[in-house]
Amino acid sequence: MKIITDISGGRMTVRLIGELDHHGARQTMLEIIDRIDMNLPRTLVLDMSGLTFMDSSGIAVVLKSYKSMKELGGRMLVANVPKQAMKVLDASGVQRIITISALHE
Amino acid sequence: MKEKNSFKMEFPSKSVNEAFARSAAACFTAQLDPTLDELGDIKTAVSEAVTNCIVHAYPDSLGKICLKARIFPDNTVEIKIKDWGRGIDDVAKAREPMYTTGGDERSGMGFTIMESFTDTLKVVSKPGKGTLVTMRRKIAVKE
Ligand SMILES: Nc1ncnc2c1ncn2[C@@H]1O[C@H](COP(=O)(O)OP(=O)(O)OP(=O)(O)O)[C@@H](O)[C@H]1O
Ligand SMILES: [Mg+2]
Repeated sequence: MKIITDISGGRMTVRLIGELDHHGARQTMLEIIDRIDMNLPRTLVLDMSGLTFMDSSGIAVVLKSYKSMKELGGRMLVANVPKQAMKVLDASGVQRIITISALHE
Repeated sequence: MKEKNSFKMEFPSKSVNEAFARSAAACFTAQLDPTLDELGDIKTAVSEAVTNCIVHAYPDSLGKICLKARIFPDNTVEIKIKDWGRGIDDVAKAREPMYTTGGDERSGMGFTIMESFTDTLKVVSKPGKGTLVTMRRKIAVKE
């Protein structure tokens, strides 16, 4: 897993690249939290276009990121979700609380 | 039904093996000419079951995980994932969506995902002895 951060105005985009499973999830989470704390964005966009695989470990990463943005009084979007990861998010029902949009492949 | 092909692998409960196990299961399934979506489903279900062994069965030690796969003439792949770890007290409860003993690093959706990504999911567990997860998925026959 690799993450690339891009900041413009109050918006921080975190691009997740590679396979997001339990093996890489803790490190990924630490890095996202670290970048939120450093940049205090108003909006966080988790860009999943570079994800080649995601399982339930990714759901916890999405939920934790959402929580820490909420603590800041900011908002979070999940964007460019590939088909396989979207199926996992769909099964989890997080769509009910978080705005998620698919990648147009 | 007589099996057409099979394989078996055994590995220690190290998280680096999660990717290895799901890829091996997908490569074995490839002989049934699956679509990319079907392969994604197999990978996801296997990843959930193997991660559960690593996180829950052996929470603070390394243990053995065994993955067996079989292919049947009707284009079904069966995957069994077994551990000899702490086991599950109440399987019905564990299978409920959002039920987790794993704190905020887990979402309690693993079994729900395995269920929705396969045709059948069987979980047999004995506290203190271990857990066996059996999943079956029929791969659509292409023209
Ligand atoms: N192999 C296992 N050994 C012991 N306990 C298990 C095993 N697999 C699952 N469990 C128990 O069943 C619960 C539910 O498992 P499930 O995979 O649905 O959710 P989770 O692993 O807690 O979270 P997630 O899979 O979303 O990260 C676990 O929290 C754990 O208590
Ligand atoms: Mg799980």
